Formats: sequence, C-alpha cells, structure tokens
Amino acid sequence: MNIYVCIKQVPDTETKIKLNPNQSGIDTTGIKWIVSPYDEFAVEEALRLKEKNPGSTVTVLSAGPSRVIEAIRTALATGADQGIHIEIPETADNHLTAKALAGALKKETQVDLIFTGKEAIDDGASQVSQLVAEYLHLPCVSVVNSIQYGNQTVQCKREIEGGSIEILESSMPVLIAAQKGLNEPRYASLPNILKAKKKEVKSLKLGDIGVSEADQKIRYKNFQLPPPKQAGKKISGDPTAQAKELVRILHAEAKVV
Amino acid sequence: MAKVFIIAEQRDGRLKKSTFELIGAASSAGHETHAVLLGEGVSGLATELGHYGAKTVHVAEHSALKYYTSEAYSQVIVPLVKSISPHIILGSHSPTGRDLMPRIAAQLETGLASDCTQLRFEGNQIQVRRPVYAGKATVEVEFLGNGPKLATIRPNALGIPKPNTGLSATVVQISPHLGTLRTRVLDVVKGSSGRPDVTEASIVVSGGRSLKSAENFKILEDLADVLGAAVGASRAAVDAGFRPHRDQVGQTGKVVSPSLYLACGISGAIQHLAGMRTSKVIVAINTDPEAPIFELADYGIVGDLFTLVPLLQEEFKKVKEN
Repeated sequence: MNIYVCIKQVPDTETKIKLNPNQSGIDTTGIKWIVSPYDEFAVEEALRLKEKNPGSTVTVLSAGPSRVIEAIRTALATGADQGIHIEIPETADNHLTAKALAGALKKETQVDLIFTGKEAIDDGASQVSQLVAEYLHLPCVSVVNSIQYGNQTVQCKREIEGGSIEILESSMPVLIAAQKGLNEPRYASLPNILKAKKKEVKSLKLGDIGVSEADQKIRYKNFQLPPPKQAGKKISGDPTAQAKELVRILHAEAKVV
Repeated sequence: MAKVFIIAEQRDGRLKKSTFELIGAASSAGHETHAVLLGEGVSGLATELGHYGAKTVHVAEHSALKYYTSEAYSQVIVPLVKSISPHIILGSHSPTGRDLMPRIAAQLETGLASDCTQLRFEGNQIQVRRPVYAGKATVEVEFLGNGPKLATIRPNALGIPKPNTGLSATVVQISPHLGTLRTRVLDVVKGSSGRPDVTEASIVVSGGRSLKSAENFKILEDLADVLGAAVGASRAAVDAGFRPHRDQVGQTGKVVSPSLYLACGISGAIQHLAGMRTSKVIVAINTDPEAPIFELADYGIVGDLFTLVPLLQEEFKKVKEN
C-alpha cells in the first residue's frame, strides 16, 4: 500500500502569540514549533497500517517554508519512510496549501490512502482535508476516531453533534482526517531518530507541480490581539451569599440566565 | 442589495439555531436571502426559515440526503449556487458546515473564511474577522478574486433573531441529480446525555482536574441540567479520564462561544483560555485566588466548588421556576 500523510508545523500550544510591528502577521521569533497534534494521530495510523501490510510505504508531506522540513523529520523518526516538502510562502492560505499538497500527490504513481489531522491548531479552519480531497477528486471522511479496513473500503466512526457517532463507509482511495482518540501516537526511538537523518526528503517548488501563488484565495490582514479584559468582579461573603449574589447578577444584570 | 445564499442545517427534523442566526443577519441587513435545505421529509421546515427572513427556500429531498455527506450535499448545492449566482454564501461552523463548505469552495474555486466571529455586510461584500491560534489573535479576511465570498460563522456569534410569523418564504422544490456516491452513512449512534453540544450550547458548565474524579462531574451535570447547559472539561480533566475528549474545551479540543461560561475548578492554562475566550460572560470558581482564569473572568468566586456548585444549582432553580 502507498500511504500518505499530510502534516503541518505549528507553534506549540503554550506559545504566547505576539504580533509583528505592522500587524500583518505574528512575530515568529523564539517560537517552539511542533507537529500539529491531530496530525500525530494521522502519522500513527499510517504507521500501524503499514505494520499490518508489509511492503507498504508511508510518505509524509508538508507544505510551508523550509522550517517545516523539521516536522517531516520528526515524523520520519517515528517510522515513516520518506518525505516530500513543498515550498510555499509563510502567508499561504488553505487553498494554496491544499493545491500544493494535491499537486505533489498527483505526481505519485499510486495513492491508496491519505491521512491528515482534522484541523491544524494554529489556523483552526479545518479546510485543507476537504480541499485536498476535492482537488484529487477523492472522498474525504473527517473527525474520525476509529477505522476498520476492508477490501478496498474503509468503515469509519466520526464524531458529529451532541456526542453522536456516525458510521460511514467509503471506497478507497480516500482521505481520512483524524480526531484525538483514533490511536495513541508513539514516541521516536533513538535508532529511528538516527535512521531518519538518512531518509529522503524530496523538495518541490510550486512550479514543479503546476501550482502558482495566484491560487491563493484569501489573505489575512490587520492582525489584532484580543483586547485586555477589564478586571472582573470578585464576589465575597459566605458561600450561600456568594451563590445568591452571583445568580442575581447573572439573571438581573448580565441577563444570561 | 446582495444575494446571500445560506446552507440551512437540520438534524432529526429540527432546524439548528445557528441557521436562524445566519438568515436573521442576512435578511435584517436587507439582502435577498436564499436558503437551501437538504434531507428526507424536511419540506415542512421551510416555513420556519421564512419566519426568520428567508425569501426563497430551496428544498432538496432524497433518501441519499437523509444523512449529511460532503459528497452528496455538494452535488446538490454547487449546481444550485451556479444557477442563483449569489455574492455571498454562508454556513455555520458546525460539524456539518466546517466539513461541507471547503468542498463547495474547492468546486467553485473561491475563497472561504472559516469560523468567523464577526460578520458585517458591505454592499455585495462581507467584512469578516476570525480567531487564529485558537483566539490568541484575530484577523480580518481579505477575499482575492471575483468568485462568491464564502464564510462559516461560529455558532452563537451573531445572536438569534426573533421570528416573525407574518413573514413567509417562496419554497422551491428541487430534484436532486446525484452521481456516483463513494461515501455512505451506515448508521448514527446517538449520544446518550441528551444535553446540548458544547459548541452550540448557550451556557457551558466546565470542570477541571479539581473535580478529582469522573463521578464528581455529576454535580456539574446536575447544575447543567437546571440551566439547559452543556458540560465541558479542561484538557487536564480529559487527560485524567474524567470526561470524553468530545467535551474538551481548548486549543486541542472544542472552541466555544456561549453567552455564559462557568469555569469550575479550572486554573486557566493558555490553551484552555484560547478555547473559551470569546464567551460573552465568564464566571470562575477556584480555590486559588491567583489562578489565571480570574484574569479573564467577568465574575469570580474564590471558594470550593464542591460547596458552591450545589448552592448555585438551588439558586438557579429558583430563578428558573419564577
């Protein structure tokens, strides 16, 4: 099987976000970059599938500036076989990112399965999985927390509203976007970290795959930090008085209950 | 006047509140508001969409549309959009909307602004702002190119308008022509709680690791049930196994924007604050007066949640009964 995983490199969740001076983006100095957490479930699922199907290969793709090669290396250190980096600008939107990933995948001879995270935790738009699938004319199943593999089909459990679970069947090839709970991602082992340094990471430019920066459809501007909150009101007194006062405020003043 | 096309959502024969928000916003801004409603046996819901200001409701019914799939729904919506040529297409940033809208955007080769928390109409355009880095910053979205502008709006961000039963929509039945479908829903297993989803509830009662056990969340559930609220949890509580991941609020869980967020025993890690920062009113209960959650809270009580939550439940009950 030829298994592909699309990953994104994002700032660590504990990062305190600062803006650049002209508010056209964030200040990336000193940021600790990680593989987006949902993408780790995607990588793990690909590795487990490979282990069940000897002879399979796992290829990890990431589109972004050259720093994202580090994220690809992280995935290679957990056991993926090879990587593809597609160079796109830091300011690329979901469309351009998806066109780049789909463009690189179109150059592959056979794609059986594509995994990705259900969303990247920086942009949080959850667009790229469906966009890549559509550009490849493939079905997409998102927010998946369990997969049963059949003969050229997959049966996925996906989370929908109110804690309900949908059971959905799709033909293969298919793109599956992982939710937390799909599996427990492994850590990189020392031998694999050493081996990863020798694995191939192919680099592609947009021109190599017939995509141009004009494929970008939206642009973010006028970045703002959330306005500082005014100091809140501390409610004092004994617990009974505190409870009474809080409920009175929420009902009579804030009018939210 | 712009033509605004809205993806209406229903589940189990009930329209979503978030759909009313979208229709209300577009029609009260004076725009020609179209809605599309897909499903099986859903025609009867078109009238209600009219009450919120939809001028035309396009209804597509088919057994293959009973459950949402991006494939089948986009096969109906994209040709309809092409025949109507709207300036703006809006959906909710719900489990359905966030999955479907990128499909539509790709097929129309046009830009999509996801999970917007601010929406303003300007002529035939929209001005939208959305959170990035889970709300640690926000950005304005500029659309490039001439196609329709697509946006998904975070539930509860716009507010639900009052319906007007004097208004009615023209209902147009469309016959769906579905091609090959590679995905199909075999079954839906209902969530058992009966409580609203954290992302859609107007009140969320959340608990942290201080709850100490899964069983202790019962006191939050009881409070939530008095308020018709959802129960949320911090990552620490989920990692400790007290709640399922679907209840997790934060950067690696759900991002919520209710009118009231009650944080009980949650210290307020950056990644949690990112997930609930846009709530309209935030209340924090914590024994530690230095907990970062108090910096974001509109109202704070330094105290023990095990004492306070049952007292609050009694007080809310009195308010609800009056």
